[in-house]
Amino acid sequence: MTVVSGAALPAALAEIADDFASASNPMKLDLLLEFSEELPPLPDRYAGQLDKLERVDECQSPLFLTVEVEEGERLEARTVHLFFDAPPEAPTTRGFAGILHEGLDGLSAAQVLAVPDDAPMRFGLAEAVSPLRIRGMVAMLGRIKRQVRMKTAAAA
Amino acid sequence: MSPDSSNTSKIAAYAHPERLVTTDWLAQQIDTGQVGVAGGIALLESDEDVLLYATGHIPRAQKIDWHLDLNDQVSRDYVDGERFAEVMGARGIGRDTTIVVYGDKSNWWAAYALWVFTLFGHEDVRLVDGGRAKWIEEGRELTKEVPTATPTDYPVIERDDAPIRAFKDDVLAHLGMPLVDVRSPGEFTGELLHMPDYPQEGALRGGHIPGAKSVPWARAANEDGTFKSREELEGIYRTEQGLAPGDDIVAYCRIGERSSHTWFVLTQLLGYSSVRNYDGSWTEWGNTVRVPIER
Repeated sequence: MTVVSGAALPAALAEIADDFASASNPMKLDLLLEFSEELPPLPDRYAGQLDKLERVDECQSPLFLTVEVEEGERLEARTVHLFFDAPPEAPTTRGFAGILHEGLDGLSAAQVLAVPDDAPMRFGLAEAVSPLRIRGMVAMLGRIKRQVRMKTAAAA
Repeated sequence: MSPDSSNTSKIAAYAHPERLVTTDWLAQQIDTGQVGVAGGIALLESDEDVLLYATGHIPRAQKIDWHLDLNDQVSRDYVDGERFAEVMGARGIGRDTTIVVYGDKSNWWAAYALWVFTLFGHEDVRLVDGGRAKWIEEGRELTKEVPTATPTDYPVIERDDAPIRAFKDDVLAHLGMPLVDVRSPGEFTGELLHMPDYPQEGALRGGHIPGAKSVPWARAANEDGTFKSREELEGIYRTEQGLAPGDDIVAYCRIGERSSHTWFVLTQLLGYSSVRNYDGSWTEWGNTVRVPIER
């Protein structure tokens, strides 16, 4: 296992990373599949309206995401919500989205922005799904943080 | 479902009809208990998305993972004879077993697996025309049940690369002879440094190997992922591109998976006798210092 950087993961994401780290390769795939199955569908206000979402080109299958940040005075008090869309025939991409949803949805903007960019490398997934695929998750995280930054910039 | 006779006559017209089966044929073999039993047919699913098999697969199918089972995990190469024997033996496959492979993305990865099996000289390997998508489209059964195979002793065979695999030096020596670039038009011209939607698998230089003909792999496939008829394929490769069945041909793409599809079309469906797949492909050529590039 390669430990990439020192910055800590938020608690929920750290727990997921531990689950993956302690799993064998076949178990990692089962776990990833669970995340792909648990990815919530888009709410009505986005369903069928992918133009309202950002397309993540770095993923091998089409993935769309968007971020909502609740109003508030300070970044620490503004809750982030994440929304993803990926087709069922792309379970790996859905699994990556599921991990980020489970690990980041409901955190404050400050917490999301503090997530280290190399977080996707800490799941020990590279040997199970091929390292190139992991970069899709790195790209998703990058887009999420950029949207949070944009959507909080006006108030800052 | 009635047997699709037009599809069967389509297959009979190919140079090696024994290399391709229909979904109907496969369903019959499964129904009559011929698949996944000792001495029977081994059915393998080979996908780009490594999770797809687990979401549901054709009954009795086992998974083969191009990344973990067929690629060496350290060197950029295929597995050796010992590892291959393990991979096959664990799936209950013997040297004379009939292997049927299918997969996602119009059988790219299934064709890639078939090509790797051919490096080891496994005699009887077939593709399912239309692959996973056609099976699902036809509303056929999927299951999440993973079959257990009785392990066999597959012999340790030394890989024989030379007849169907080209390395960079082979391609340098081949310049001036027929080359087929099966990537998208944008990759061929060098506008794109990667395949659309696959930016992370790029190269430092764009373009193509000098003299290569641009014949995107997908031209060989119908909308439903099945192969085009022999007549249609000859129209593309022979009439339009001027490639003759006896020509010495090298096909390449980005990492050798899409060109496995074209290799299958040229050698198995059209009977071309000398086609090699350059699996180093553009990720090697486009990153190599001082090799000639054309735009």
